[in-house]
Amino acid sequence: MSAPARSPQVLDDKISGGIGASPQRPDGTLKVRGEFAYASDLWHENMVWGATLRSPHPHAGIRSIGIAKALAYPGVHAVLTHADVPGENAYGLKHQDTPVLAEDRVRYQGEPVALVAADHPEIARQALKLIEVDYEVWEPVTDMERAAHDETLPRLHENGNVVRHQRIVKGDPDARADVVVSGVYELGMQDQAFLGPEAGLAVPAEDGGVDLYLATQWLHVDQKQTAHALGLPVEKVRLTLSGVGGAFGGREDLSMQVHSCMLALHLGRPVKMSYNREESFFGHVHRHPARMYYEHGATKDGDLVYVKARMYFDGGAYASKTPVVVGNGTTLSVGPYNVPNAHIEGWGVYSNNPTCGAMRGLGAVQPTYAYESQMDKLATALGMDPAELRIRNAMSEGSTTVTGQVVDFPAPVAELVRRVRDMPLPPPNTDELGFPGGAANTTHGEGVVRGIGYGVTIKNIAYAEGLDDYSTARVRLQVIGGEPTALVHTAAAEVGQGLVTVQQQIARSELGVERITLHTSDTSVGDAGSSSASRQTYLTGGAVRNACLAVAERVYALAAERFGVEATNLSGGKVVAADGAVVADLAELLGEDVIEETREYHHRKTYPLDPETGQGNAHVQYGFSAHRAVVDVDTELGLVKVVQLDCAQDVGKAINPDAVLGQIHGGSAQGLGLAVMEEIQVTDGVVRNPSFTDYLIPTILDMPPMRVDILERPDPHAPYGVRGVGEPPTISATPAVANAIRAATGLELPRVPIKPEHLTGT
Amino acid sequence: MDFFRPDSLAEALAAKAEHADAVPIAGGTDVMVELNFDHRRPAALLDLGRIVELHEHGRQDGKVRIGAAVPYARIIDELGRELPGLAMAARTVGSPQIRNRGSVGGNLGAASPAGDSHPALLAANAEVEIASIRGTRMVPVKDFYTGVKRNVLAPDELITAVHIAPATGAQQFSKVGTRNAMVIAVCAFGLALHPDQKRVGTGLGSAAPTPRPATKAEEFIATELDWESPKPLADSVLRRFGALVAEAASPIDDVRGSAAYRRHALAVLARRTLGWAWSEHLGGGRRACA
Ligand SMILES: Cc1cc2nc3c(=O)[nH]c(=O)nc-3n(C[C@H](O)[C@H](O)[C@H](O)COP(=O)(O)OP(=O)(O)OC[C@H]3O[C@@H](n4cnc5c(N)ncnc54)[C@H](O)[C@@H]3O)c2cc1C
Repeated sequence: MSAPARSPQVLDDKISGGIGASPQRPDGTLKVRGEFAYASDLWHENMVWGATLRSPHPHAGIRSIGIAKALAYPGVHAVLTHADVPGENAYGLKHQDTPVLAEDRVRYQGEPVALVAADHPEIARQALKLIEVDYEVWEPVTDMERAAHDETLPRLHENGNVVRHQRIVKGDPDARADVVVSGVYELGMQDQAFLGPEAGLAVPAEDGGVDLYLATQWLHVDQKQTAHALGLPVEKVRLTLSGVGGAFGGREDLSMQVHSCMLALHLGRPVKMSYNREESFFGHVHRHPARMYYEHGATKDGDLVYVKARMYFDGGAYASKTPVVVGNGTTLSVGPYNVPNAHIEGWGVYSNNPTCGAMRGLGAVQPTYAYESQMDKLATALGMDPAELRIRNAMSEGSTTVTGQVVDFPAPVAELVRRVRDMPLPPPNTDELGFPGGAANTTHGEGVVRGIGYGVTIKNIAYAEGLDDYSTARVRLQVIGGEPTALVHTAAAEVGQGLVTVQQQIARSELGVERITLHTSDTSVGDAGSSSASRQTYLTGGAVRNACLAVAERVYALAAERFGVEATNLSGGKVVAADGAVVADLAELLGEDVIEETREYHHRKTYPLDPETGQGNAHVQYGFSAHRAVVDVDTELGLVKVVQLDCAQDVGKAINPDAVLGQIHGGSAQGLGLAVMEEIQVTDGVVRNPSFTDYLIPTILDMPPMRVDILERPDPHAPYGVRGVGEPPTISATPAVANAIRAATGLELPRVPIKPEHLTGT
Repeated sequence: MDFFRPDSLAEALAAKAEHADAVPIAGGTDVMVELNFDHRRPAALLDLGRIVELHEHGRQDGKVRIGAAVPYARIIDELGRELPGLAMAARTVGSPQIRNRGSVGGNLGAASPAGDSHPALLAANAEVEIASIRGTRMVPVKDFYTGVKRNVLAPDELITAVHIAPATGAQQFSKVGTRNAMVIAVCAFGLALHPDQKRVGTGLGSAAPTPRPATKAEEFIATELDWESPKPLADSVLRRFGALVAEAASPIDDVRGSAAYRRHALAVLARRTLGWAWSEHLGGGRRACA
């Protein structure tokens, strides 16, 4: 096998620090200095460049595809269409409904139709323009609610336009209450906006297989789907993780994987594909837009009596993670509150809008925005303090969820709310740049009012509804240069979250060895599952621990054999007995021996939901976070400045406290973005702002200082007591900001992102 | 693609005369984006980077002459006192990287209705100095824009400078964007008091196919202001001024905002900026942040 010249680097193995410390990242210095090679930097001798022709129409039939002119263009090596897909022309995470290349129809704007390989990306780009596709343009299906119920609409897939419908019924679905509030809430389409667009390099191998170097968040699921589409056995499609410039769910579905491999196998040459920003907007799935109808009933004293909800999630052209969004959306629909009675229904639908799938906070962002809006509405109706209402109804350990699951681990929701409520409030703004409008001199204080709002969430951690969710780790212990060294090998994707650091920390603590080397993540070791659902520290962390424990057992056996002493611990390079006595020096004991063990970690079993009642123990763990936002709103111009965004989150156990803080900061920024600016604007199925000029994400002037309280209430069922960290802060930030804007303006604001038009009625 | 890199203005003008299709490149912050996005495939680029005259500013006939390629960062640092309105506008352009490269000449060359220098140039009655091998001409900035991203330049002409009289009164610039920095204007407004001429200059950005002044608003306020014995302005006057500015706009609905919002916001910006400028004129207000 020939390896690319620019490929994943060797990371720093000279860092120290075990569990609970915050050591420097092994890839940190490279990244800060701009020396880290991302997948877009991959390069191979003799490689050619692949490019993708995409549909300009959201819904159309394809009568013919003419490739002759493109093929004749100088510098072009191949032009491929669906007819060239070697295996089955279908893939998908949950349903195999997505063509690798469109056949007789396209279902969204940007759907891949043909591929070109050429000497230079620019040549490839010009050649794309020469491919002649004869489209018959059709009316697009664009309304999620109609897609769910209107049988007269065109059926976009064989089984109709509903991907999943789930009902949840708890207690008395017809319960009545003293005080009732209702609302219809909408959420626009958010993009992951990771900074490193999709990229990969496929290298054909001598055995007829292919080696693919790429940025992804789940190597094995890519491998399985790619091999299937290529008509190859999985072992002939080998994947190696390259530098990943962010993911946030957007890399869970395939993008250039099959395409680059098809071209490489067709040509017998390495093929690189690298999207630009605009193509990236079309090359990955987004967050599901949603419309949600909510009704909350409560007693006069503020105890929740019931929640009724109907929610619609627009999954766009292909199923992707829509089934999971419906599952999470309905099971988490009432929030982290005790609700005795509920009637919930959720629909995930197909449409001709861009495909939506995984994004941080999957399926929880939408309902949290709705129920937290409702909680504020209810507080107003009751004349109650919004924090107090939340505390009063907060779930706790022992509570029963809306699916009948008993929470058998800490759930300190009330405390999280109390903590953010009691943090000091910021003083009035005096800084020129600090007013709404920031650097652009729109107000010197005129029209500015302040508001405070809360947002609290519950998010399921790891995979749910009966999936056997696990990760695999291989750990090898040996003496290198006189020093005991451990090599940790997993297929888990470092996507920026700091998993590389966590793996090193766990191995250091478990083996008492300073020097931990990380093997590049690839498919030569077992599945690690996805870097999503806030699950990697839990699952891959658990697998690394299990592998280390197995290695340690063999060291103890060696010590018993040599010295007849029972060792129980590895610490500071020594083998230690239960009474603390040093049994042996680890390096001396090991000598030339190499100890290698591979282990899996599986989380507790979960179960599918009852199809009728939606009851069941669907989730293994929940994460909780609470935000308090303080905003200044220029009510005349409709501009918003978030002045402070405070957060309290329970993380079970902070393996790396600095990294936890980083997740909370970053997640909060992403949630703030959804509240006030981030939206892919789609009209009649056509994306209007596929660039960072008009898809706005928060800058440093938009993101305020944060006060963060990290609670550590260990989950007895999880390794080290950890609780998934990455998603909750993204989720609770959005309603906190929205509620603060409502508090400032008195407006209902049923839709996020909240725009100046909504605030000024223009 | 050919790449010309003249060392002097004379050479540049000769090259432009010979290669009318050569696209001038100053800071490149518009040109390079267009090339990257494949929106434009010019036969040649004409790099203005080595032409000293285009990178200097100085005084000429009592006015400040700013070379076309002088970057925003230098306007902010070196001309904030004389040209506060333009400096304020410059401060809202992009990010530090963009302000280090981008220039007023480039903003005029691009002639985007959303260009931030335009409202300030309009309010201050700037003149654009345009040169070719045929000679040099001066065009008042209000006559410079001819349509969306179009201007009066002939194929053989280059923008060499802008000329602006040093401020004799308070100036303001405000821009609305849906983010607090690094954002293209949803709408923008520039205002300059000209006590010497007893008038107020205005400029609207992102509010019509071209940047334009709010002429009726200027006429109205000229009759309302008492320059001899200045008094605080009645709120009704400020509001009327705002309404007239909004009327001067002919905005569109697009991804950045609705036409109705743009009109509404312009009225607010006009009212506020006039209020700030006039109180500064009265001596009680804050100095324009230079
Ligand atoms: C990230 C980013 C953010 C931005 N933000 C803003 C913003 O907030 N506000 C704003 O107004 N603009 C913004 N811009 C656009 C751009 O920076 C400005 O328009 C800038 O003024 C262009 O100047 P330049 O010197 O870089 O022009 P160039 O890109 O070099 O040229 C721009 C155009 O003018 C022509 N040209 C340049 N010089 C001359 C000359 N002397 N004679 C004739 N024609 C000439 C070029 O041929 C080209 O058509 C942004 C751009 C980017 C990339």
